[in-house]
Amino acid sequence: MKVHVYEKAFLSIGGGMLLVFLGALAFATLGAGIHLPDRAGSIDPQAVRTTPPFDDPGVREIAPGKYEVVMVAQAWSFDPAEVRIPAGSEVTFRITSPDVIHGIHVEHTTINVMVVPGQISEMRYTFREPREHLIICHEYCGIGHHYMYGKVIVE
Amino acid sequence: MSTTVARPAVDVAAPVVQRGVVDDPSGFELSREQTALIRWNIYLGFAAVGVAMFHGLAQALSYAGINVLGWFPGLQTYYQGLTVHGVLNALVFTFAFANGFLSLTTARALSRPLNRWLLHGAFWSLVAGVVLLGYAILSNQASVLFTFYAPLQAHWTFYLGAALLVVSTWLTAANLFLALGRWRRDNPGERYPLMAFVSVATYAMWVIASIGLAVQVVGYLLPWSLGLIEGSDPLTMRTLFWYSGHPVVYFWLLPAYVSWYLMIPRQVGGKLLSDPLTRMVFIMFLLFSIPTGFHHQYTDPGIPAFMKALHGVMTFAIFFPSLATAFAIMASLEMGGRARGGRGLLGWIPKLPWGDPSVTAQILAMLTFMVGGATGLINASLSMNRVIHNTTWVPGHFHTTVGTAVALTFMGIAYWLVPMLTKRELFGRRIALAQAWIYTVGVLIFARGMSAAGLDGQPRRTFMAEAPYMPDAWLVPGYWTAVGGSLMAVGITLFFVVLLGTIFFGRRLEKRPDMPIAETVHPASRKGWEPILDRWPVWVAVAVILIVIAYGPFVISEMPPTLNTPPFRLF
Ligand code: HEM
Ligand SMILES: [Cu+2]
Ligand SMILES: [Cu+2]
Repeated sequence: MKVHVYEKAFLSIGGGMLLVFLGALAFATLGAGIHLPDRAGSIDPQAVRTTPPFDDPGVREIAPGKYEVVMVAQAWSFDPAEVRIPAGSEVTFRITSPDVIHGIHVEHTTINVMVVPGQISEMRYTFREPREHLIICHEYCGIGHHYMYGKVIVE
Repeated sequence: MSTTVARPAVDVAAPVVQRGVVDDPSGFELSREQTALIRWNIYLGFAAVGVAMFHGLAQALSYAGINVLGWFPGLQTYYQGLTVHGVLNALVFTFAFANGFLSLTTARALSRPLNRWLLHGAFWSLVAGVVLLGYAILSNQASVLFTFYAPLQAHWTFYLGAALLVVSTWLTAANLFLALGRWRRDNPGERYPLMAFVSVATYAMWVIASIGLAVQVVGYLLPWSLGLIEGSDPLTMRTLFWYSGHPVVYFWLLPAYVSWYLMIPRQVGGKLLSDPLTRMVFIMFLLFSIPTGFHHQYTDPGIPAFMKALHGVMTFAIFFPSLATAFAIMASLEMGGRARGGRGLLGWIPKLPWGDPSVTAQILAMLTFMVGGATGLINASLSMNRVIHNTTWVPGHFHTTVGTAVALTFMGIAYWLVPMLTKRELFGRRIALAQAWIYTVGVLIFARGMSAAGLDGQPRRTFMAEAPYMPDAWLVPGYWTAVGGSLMAVGITLFFVVLLGTIFFGRRLEKRPDMPIAETVHPASRKGWEPILDRWPVWVAVAVILIVIAYGPFVISEMPPTLNTPPFRLF
């Protein structure tokens, strides 16, 4: 089979580029600490409101400068709908759904994760600057989907 | 009835395959019945786009804050319309067109008719599927979007309809495999004609890929919607969906590649560069399309991050055959432009037949696909995916891929295919040209708006015109989206002027025009290693092994599924 020199060059450069991109991704995940959501436990979706920690959703300081947000995403609101934390806090979100699939995206952060009934979603993020972030449900969850939002207020 | 003109005997001892349909374009006419069925598949596909366009426009306007839901008396919610848009465009249009078009290319490449019962079966199951889906959606019992994630539960007719769409592709696949097998029996030791090979490879990939969807819909969702099963396991359902949901994008795309590889070179006066490389590209799609589904689930809980990363690497691998395609097509175009008198480094570009709407539409589709390829790599990058997942960036991306690279190519194909199927001259060549340009400009503006707002966090699948939150950053991009979307709607409308004009007013032709089929610079060889490319069992086995590696560990860890989520009907 003849492969033209130009084609060889094009495919080598293109293939090489893909490898460079993959290297950059490896660096981002292993070096720069941008992680994907991993397995963080499962839960009986019909018993969310009675299973700790989801029996008591809210914001808790777990260590100085470290917060945990336990959140229930349900049709069509987030509980809690407002999260207040001081600037510089490292926040771990633990979220689940008692009904259908939702999504949570905290605007202008890397908190972007699906909320699937039966599963617990876990995400960590450090809020550095004081500002407000929208919390948006970004997966269709029924007719009220576009009413489902909240706020992170960094003070 | 069909007539197969006897072809001169093939010299199997010759090292290179010189005789094929291209050298012998004289002798094959499909029967009226089969031509009609193929024609109706194509019409049905485009009708789906025509209907879906209306709510597409409403969606684009909604992102600019304009609520036109009142214009649709039949619809109760935005999401009902969005379900129509997604199902008709992503499933009905693409399946119907692929079924019709690749049946025709296979029959033509092998110079033999297809099985009429399978052809009928494929068409009528598609029609039945559309009727059931239409009933379920329009009666507002299935506003579950085209991804129908459990535990949102639709009426059973929705799932049955979706299953019938898949059945129609399987019947088509059976037809193509049967034709190829018969051809092999009559031509032992011969290389498969390239056009048949790529058509069959597309369906072979899809048959393996669609198993996930079939298991999910028939094995689970259908009995669940009938109340035979009570609970569901949403994560397993999502995983089954995306097992089929990524490769389906290649099932949409590969018919367009068939045209770009095998027809466009002929249409521009060039040649296809290499037969073996073309086969290799389609084989790579067969191998790598499927073990990539977790890239749609990067942000899902409950799936080990390592497995996601593995699928991420495979996703980069599947980019490679598209790179090879970019080179091959560009080379054919350049050859054509030079044969038509183009000189200098870029002088061949203006010499391309830009007056031919079929060519122009497809070249514009290819150029737009470059945007789609680049944005696709961004989606595949697990770090950047966290920024854009489920934002309007994603529809911004895929309207340049399936919405243009595929849809505009299919329209470009229609500009020679419909004259071929109807024996009528194309009506309104200039309108067709305008259609291609307007649609392309529209989609680029649209994608600009959707992508920009997406980077600023605007969610997709959200009725923005009524949402209580609307940051300023989304306003101007919303206008881009609305303007671009309106131009796209104009483009599609013009396409229908040409299509209906051709069907009803096109000048009758005495002889049925043939399909354009490219000659190859480096044809297939009977000697050396190349014949292994035609060994289906080898490639299917490798594909299955890759799937087992990519999905096996997760499937085992999820067994048995925990069916403890009750159904919801929140629409
Ligand atoms: C007039 C032309 C079109 C316009 C204005 C348009 C507009 C849109 C918009 C604004 C969305 C996003 C809706 C949302 O997420 O809320 C969307 C979704 C979508 N479009 Fe289009 N579109 C058009 C044509 C097409 C074509 C030709 C295809 C494919 C062949 C297509 C396939 C899709 C798909 C698959 C979705 C996703 C639906 C979902 O998220 O469930 N569209 N369209
Ligand atoms: Cu939602
Ligand atoms: Cu994908």
